[in-house]
Amino acid sequence: MNFDYSDDQKFLKNEARKFLEGNCTAAHVRKVLDNADLSYDADLWKGVGAQGWLGAAIPEEHGGLGLGRVELCAIAEELGRACAPIPFASTVYFLAEALMLAGSDAQKAKWLPKIAAGELIGAFATSEGPGVVNAANLQANVVGGKLTGTKIPVTDGDIADLAVVLANEGGKPALFLVELAGAGVTRETLKTLDPTRSVAKITFSGAAAERLGDAGDGFALTEAVFDRAAVLLAFEQLGGSDRCLEMAKDYAMDRYAFGRTIAGYQAIKHKLADIYVKNELARSNAYFGAWALNVGAAELPIAAAAARVASSEAYWFASKENIQTHGGMGYTWAVDCHLYYRRSRQLALVAGAPKVWKERLVQQLERRNAA
Amino acid sequence: MDFNDSPEEAAFRIEVRTWLEANAPKKVDTKKMSEPELLKLAKAWQATKAAARFTCMTWPEALGGRGATPIQNVIYNQEESKFDVPRGFFDIGLGMCVPTVMAFANDETKQRFVAPAVRGEEIWCQLFSEPSAGSDVAGLRTRAVKDGDDWVINGQKVWTSGAHYCDFGILLVRTNPDVPKHKGLTMFWIDMKAPGVEVRPIHQMSGGSNFNEVYFTDLRVSDSQRLGAVGDGWKVALVTLMNERLAVGGSTGPNYGEIMDLARSTVTEDGNALSNDAFREKLADWYVQAEGLKLTRFRTMTALSRGQTPGPESSIGKIISANQLQDLSNAAMEMEDQFGIITDTAIAPMEAAFQQSLMWAPGLRIAGGTDEILKNIIAERVLGLPGDVRVDKDVAFKDMPTGR
Repeated sequence: MNFDYSDDQKFLKNEARKFLEGNCTAAHVRKVLDNADLSYDADLWKGVGAQGWLGAAIPEEHGGLGLGRVELCAIAEELGRACAPIPFASTVYFLAEALMLAGSDAQKAKWLPKIAAGELIGAFATSEGPGVVNAANLQANVVGGKLTGTKIPVTDGDIADLAVVLANEGGKPALFLVELAGAGVTRETLKTLDPTRSVAKITFSGAAAERLGDAGDGFALTEAVFDRAAVLLAFEQLGGSDRCLEMAKDYAMDRYAFGRTIAGYQAIKHKLADIYVKNELARSNAYFGAWALNVGAAELPIAAAAARVASSEAYWFASKENIQTHGGMGYTWAVDCHLYYRRSRQLALVAGAPKVWKERLVQQLERRNAA
Repeated sequence: MDFNDSPEEAAFRIEVRTWLEANAPKKVDTKKMSEPELLKLAKAWQATKAAARFTCMTWPEALGGRGATPIQNVIYNQEESKFDVPRGFFDIGLGMCVPTVMAFANDETKQRFVAPAVRGEEIWCQLFSEPSAGSDVAGLRTRAVKDGDDWVINGQKVWTSGAHYCDFGILLVRTNPDVPKHKGLTMFWIDMKAPGVEVRPIHQMSGGSNFNEVYFTDLRVSDSQRLGAVGDGWKVALVTLMNERLAVGGSTGPNYGEIMDLARSTVTEDGNALSNDAFREKLADWYVQAEGLKLTRFRTMTALSRGQTPGPESSIGKIISANQLQDLSNAAMEMEDQFGIITDTAIAPMEAAFQQSLMWAPGLRIAGGTDEILKNIIAERVLGLPGDVRVDKDVAFKDMPTGR
């Protein structure tokens, strides 16, 4: 039984934390938060690239480090803890995973080295409006290699170089690679709940699109990419949840009311214990997701769903109760609680809402029972 | 990350499995047996295990164990759980009471008691809780008064599992009410069949009787039965409680799988109850919690396998499982609609499993540490938050305010 990080993975995680403690402080996050013109922290992005994290799970033949997905999970946990304001998830969990999942040899050889080298920002564009995109309402369409349609919201869509886009072609849904600097692409940055992560509306009017994966597989591939991303995002969520618990504890230990530290009141103790329990359940589910992702297990869809549901719930609970523990100060712009509250919502929605994942989970259970 | 045994662990698992296949009782259905029948079978099975040293495995060989590692113990329990063998009769005695005897009794007492307990010939119970000392067990009132070389004991214990079939027990009593509560306690071992000991079953709200009240009326105990020094009873009790076995495995009742089966077979206006969105969301939550607990146990096993002390993650289990059982049982009854009130096993779905678990779930939330105490433990021992303000810390026990 080896259901934990190995010593090497713990070392990597520790090194990642040290790097981020120096290069991704709350001041770095706030720089992006407070400046409407900044979509991400470009210095941190360069630094993360120099650390090799962008190519951690990309094979060495494509310029990556060729580590496993568990190593990437360890890095993700630290990025989540630091609320890193960079397009890491869009580029690594979505674009790189989509390429490794469905890309032709030529597509992998063309794009993966650029991702690993930090020369490329990615995006994953499926949504076209409120609610879940499906075969009945998908409007984006490719004719003769030209894409027409609107995608909203697209995380990091305003800064991305290359997007994976879900669209129909000849009545068959598929994924397409679209270079966003090319002709026929209009981008507009949107206001969102979490300004430390950038979001755009992208309008395609005859943009050059190259199919990624087979025609007709658009939704199946989207789900498969979401499964992979969900596990990696779960580790970011876990890192954030753990940080919220630490913040709440540190504050409670130092805050005095009615003649003693509030950390001694059971109302606070039980609240923090509740956060701890949710975080540990999320950790265990996330670890199972990491295992399934790493070995390509058949259990990945249900493991990813459980990891996503548990970690979304844990982060939401930890981030809102962290504010509550801080009292009035927690509600100010100056105290960092809201950074995590915002990020908990961003991460819970970016790969599909937990409610949708609960339904996917139950469908997997039904499938397992039928088998 | 993987779920594989190390080569040594795999070899041990095969050894255990082979032995169990050859020796576990066959063609029995423990669910259909009465308690006396089960007890008889349990004693025979314990003797078989003891002869092969598959009980008390982590104890030294001289005491009947095999000096096994904790992970080997877990492996044995996992493999044994696949067989229908009688369970539960020896857990408290061998898991908590006898280790306390081993830690504090003289050699003569150890010689007399350890081996018969290991072989299942004598069963031990733990006599700590009292009507007015539950979560605050150190507030107990059962009184021992010195009389020559003896102590004379009067009082009452409660929630004593198995007292009605136990031969011996470890008993925590107050020997000095003039000092603060933790300092006036002393531990003894007692003969449960001695004059002055009366065992009465507790009629639980579920209708069953798994626990007892134990009354002491002028029970005479020799000073040689004392475990630890006079006034050191709390320290001794902490050793008992620290020996609580690592809970690995162990289901507490119907789970997400069973309620899914129920939903599939419950007809509604739009198909079956499994197609209800609100139910599906709850089902996902139950799955995530139950899997989370199972996987958390794997993390505990990983720590054991690496020769580390398990982390605090093992403390979350009961809070989640007991509350989920209550929630899930209630949801099942609501799914059955008006029919849900029926407990007749002949007509209620799944032989009234959910109605029964609804009635034992409240007990699970209390036994072995209430939800509230467990949260205090997490807050204080895991997160390092301060303990509660103790208004009774420096007050003589006899001067402490009391209610009912």
